[in-house]
Amino acid sequence: MIVYRYIAEALFYAFMILTFMGGYMAVRSRMLMHAVLGLAVSLLGVAGLYFHLGSPFLATMQILIYVGAVCIMIVLGVMLGNTPDQLAAKNFKGRNLVLALGACTAAFMTLFVTLSQTRFAPAAERVGDMSIRFIGENLLFQYCLAFELISVILLTAIIGAIILARDGREETAK
Amino acid sequence: METLNSITPELIRIVMAVVGGVVIVFGNALVMGYLERKLAGHFQRRPGPMEVGFHGILQLLIDGVKLMGKQLVVPAQADKKLFMLAPMLSFVPVFLPLLVIPFSDKMQAFDLDVGLLFILAVAAINVLAILVGGWGSNNKYSLFGAFRSVAQNVAYEIPMLISLLAIVFMTNTFSLKGIVEAQNIWFVVLQPVAFLIYLVCMVAETNRAPFDLPEAESELTAGFHTEYSGMGFSLFMMAEYTNMFICCSIATVFFLGGTSGIPLPYFEYTGAIWFVAKVYLLMFFLVWIRWTYPRTRFDQLMNLCWKYLIPFSLVNLLITVVVVKL
Repeated sequence: MIVYRYIAEALFYAFMILTFMGGYMAVRSRMLMHAVLGLAVSLLGVAGLYFHLGSPFLATMQILIYVGAVCIMIVLGVMLGNTPDQLAAKNFKGRNLVLALGACTAAFMTLFVTLSQTRFAPAAERVGDMSIRFIGENLLFQYCLAFELISVILLTAIIGAIILARDGREETAK
Repeated sequence: METLNSITPELIRIVMAVVGGVVIVFGNALVMGYLERKLAGHFQRRPGPMEVGFHGILQLLIDGVKLMGKQLVVPAQADKKLFMLAPMLSFVPVFLPLLVIPFSDKMQAFDLDVGLLFILAVAAINVLAILVGGWGSNNKYSLFGAFRSVAQNVAYEIPMLISLLAIVFMTNTFSLKGIVEAQNIWFVVLQPVAFLIYLVCMVAETNRAPFDLPEAESELTAGFHTEYSGMGFSLFMMAEYTNMFICCSIATVFFLGGTSGIPLPYFEYTGAIWFVAKVYLLMFFLVWIRWTYPRTRFDQLMNLCWKYLIPFSLVNLLITVVVVKL
């Protein structure tokens, strides 16, 4: 059994490194494309962690939704204009260093204080059944209203997008 | 000593699954590369490759050596890291789905209970690879090809998933093995509409003619892989062929009864033989379509998906649900 434990540990650290590296890339890169790809890598790492924790369903959903969304984001990003090299070099030239540092410190302190104050209960032994069936039944019975409201929000977004796009098209046609 | 003892059948199975996946990827690319050129030749009333070996059977080996020996040209203005990353990235997602495909009752690496979702999720990375390659090349043709690929794949994933969902409603499982076992009658008989929709989506998802807009030669030179040479190009090709293999495998699992068939003399391997035979029959169909029909226009492609396939697949799903509930 010891080999399995090694493999599992190695995978865990690999996914952790992937997540952090992706996050770092997303924050630090000067090109929009690299940043978004970093985000994708980070999300893949998180999906790997879900897999490691024994929930292939969540991992699958993570990849399906987020990586697909990242593709769309890249397309939008490129359409909004790709960053030429000189412009990219100008970004992050320490202009707002003080502000950035301040924001980072504030965020870090908030997280640190909350985390150190919280009393973590030891992870509960799987309470009941946590299978997909359980998730599905909970979503569609107990939390049905929230579930449906989310889809209404999505519907509103879609209709809004269509209306915006239509207006633009008619103006250009004139 | 403890480590030695712990090399269990499970561990050997994992190693074998990985090796088997690699063998399928390369073997399939060799076989399909040859078959496609040969079939294309015969569809156009010419012999195809004839020089190397009997009827050119060793042509692909020679081509492989040639491609490996070629210089890797990276355009001066390209984003070098992304340019090199894209072919490798396209290779990852085509390998992972092979792990959950049930080639026979026993030949399946992992029987995930969300097998179908896993395959669809991993397929999303393929689009990302094409996009990265197209953008990294810093070439307008490549970029157009990549954009088209995103629009096409995002659109065609929807009817594909909905047509497969009809089957899931009938079998009550996402596990590929469970779906194979649930088929007393092949679902192609019970769900002909879903099968047709899936076939059309399959052609679009694998970016092949008549829906090969991302690499339309007459408009975009070669689309997203215009700038790639040598192994970069061949990795993309291998990914495409493996992608075909996976799509055809899903069709076999969902509609053609997976491993079922008339028992053959080699009893143990009957299922696997039938499975591979069905997959390659579908692959032949893909090649046939590719060399028969001209390329569609992009708006026609999108209209076909949004105005016909999605409504039809939704109606099909609704009828299925009602019938199952009754």
